[in-house]
Amino acid sequence: MSANSSPETAASQTKASTHADHHQPLDDAQVARIRNDFPILTQTVNGKPLVYLDSGATSQNPLTVMEAEQEFYEQRNSAVHRGAHYLAAEATEIYEEARANVASFIGADSNELVWTSNATEALNLLAYSFSNASVGQQQNPEAKRFALSEGDEVVVTELEHHANLIPWQELCRRTGATLSFIPVDDSGALDLAQAAEKIGPKTKIVAFTHASNVTGAITDVPALVALAKKVNALTVLDACQSAPHMPLDVKALGVDFAVFSGHKMLAPTGIGALYGRAELLNAMPPFLTGGSMITTVTMESAGYLPAPQRFEAGTQRISQVIALSTAVNYLRETGMDRIAAWEHQLGQRLAEGLAKIRGVRLVGPAPGELRTGLAAFDVEGVHAHDVGQYLDDRGIAVRVGHHCAQPLHRRLGLTATTRASTYLYTTTDEVDAFLAAVAEVRAYFGADA
Amino acid sequence: MSDLDQLYQDIILFHAKAKHGSTLEGNPPEAGAAVGQSHQLNPTCGDEITLRVETKDGVISALRWAGAGCSISMASASLLTDLAVGESPAEFTKMADHFREVMRSRGKIAADEELLGDAAALSGASRYVARVKCAMLAWVAAEDALAIAR
Repeated sequence: MSANSSPETAASQTKASTHADHHQPLDDAQVARIRNDFPILTQTVNGKPLVYLDSGATSQNPLTVMEAEQEFYEQRNSAVHRGAHYLAAEATEIYEEARANVASFIGADSNELVWTSNATEALNLLAYSFSNASVGQQQNPEAKRFALSEGDEVVVTELEHHANLIPWQELCRRTGATLSFIPVDDSGALDLAQAAEKIGPKTKIVAFTHASNVTGAITDVPALVALAKKVNALTVLDACQSAPHMPLDVKALGVDFAVFSGHKMLAPTGIGALYGRAELLNAMPPFLTGGSMITTVTMESAGYLPAPQRFEAGTQRISQVIALSTAVNYLRETGMDRIAAWEHQLGQRLAEGLAKIRGVRLVGPAPGELRTGLAAFDVEGVHAHDVGQYLDDRGIAVRVGHHCAQPLHRRLGLTATTRASTYLYTTTDEVDAFLAAVAEVRAYFGADA
Repeated sequence: MSDLDQLYQDIILFHAKAKHGSTLEGNPPEAGAAVGQSHQLNPTCGDEITLRVETKDGVISALRWAGAGCSISMASASLLTDLAVGESPAEFTKMADHFREVMRSRGKIAADEELLGDAAALSGASRYVARVKCAMLAWVAAEDALAIAR
């Protein structure tokens, strides 16, 4: 980013209060200052101040992120990795700088980060690349290591988001491999004892979430990585609910692949990323093919560039990349440790508050146990859709439904839940307003009678 | 009355619990009746209904369903049951067409209470785009089932 670009503004706005101790949570005054950077949060809904508790679905963008995108279109818009003119060179440089910046945010090298539309596309990229390797569409003999066939196994967990389940179901269907899963217990917690049985010599891929978007539980990643490594299986981490909310170091975790979505971490929609160890990405067959990802092309065949460009066919989403890089700067300047500690407090406040309300069943870790800053729950006698409608009337935005995790809901004996999810701009007052409104729900719908 | 109270009128909350017609299980169709059954699902929220229509002597002789969902979808199925039984398929189609028109109007078209009876109370849902599907679920199932029964 150049010196006059907007991320600097974000840095100066938050630096004064953040340079002290990054392990301390944010405080109310700092959250109040952060909120000034998010104009959308100042509006009223149904005559009440908006209480936005749906950041687990999508987060809001700070001004600096929107300004960075606008600045790109006003001054630098051009296609990257082609063209010999000034703007093309500028755009290419900031595009690649953004890659290095976002890669370093998760502890990766810049050639290990592939841009995708979102985490869903990143997971499909993996599944289709492995699929291509399985049908022998490969120039590189090393690609054979990703080939699946009958007898091989892919292991996921019972609490996955559909995005980290269906691509693997389809990959297994195409290749004849078998999909199995690590089950959860009655509380929705992963059964690690069963993980040791499920991950065996036939296992080729183990895909799991870092933090559940429903229960808020944080996965014991080292334990699963150790089990996978023992049998030489590849690990795929869904970091959608962790990258935005806590310090993330993919190298320290030892996973082979990780995915996340920009719109859940202060950036716009349409941008996400796949992390993969360089050695693996460079051995994988491409998924989407076309311009920008090739070396020599003849009428019969083509050679492919190394990663990450091998996986970035076609003109790329440049303004979104710059926006995500700016968002990452905002998060870094605020301090991921402090954000995580703040959301941990909010998550506890949610869990404790919900558990106290008569007729409310909290999903996931009990109050006092580790959880991210979200909580899903069932209100006895009132459907989640009706709970959400009641809260919306109070200006409170929550998610209702199965949260793209139908198998988990089925396992817990639920069809739909209501979920409140926080972020760095969520105040304790907002959590309290939400809890007070939830406490009124059963009486309104006559469920107490 | 606030929009919310308009949506959740007492009659809606009553039918959401009473669930008239939710007697599909253990009640096979009457001998000699033409039968049609339809299963409808709203994948965004998981609302689900299986609805069976029986016609005999030119009228809808029975309507039974099994379902789970929000108060709007359940109340709608219950109100629909009260309304449809005894009507001719043609008359029911007239009701369903009007109901759909009202629900899609974003609160602009008032329900004809002569035609829809208590089901007119569901019109409050038309202001909430996300709830229109909830209200329509049972009606779509009934139209589908009726087409099969014919």
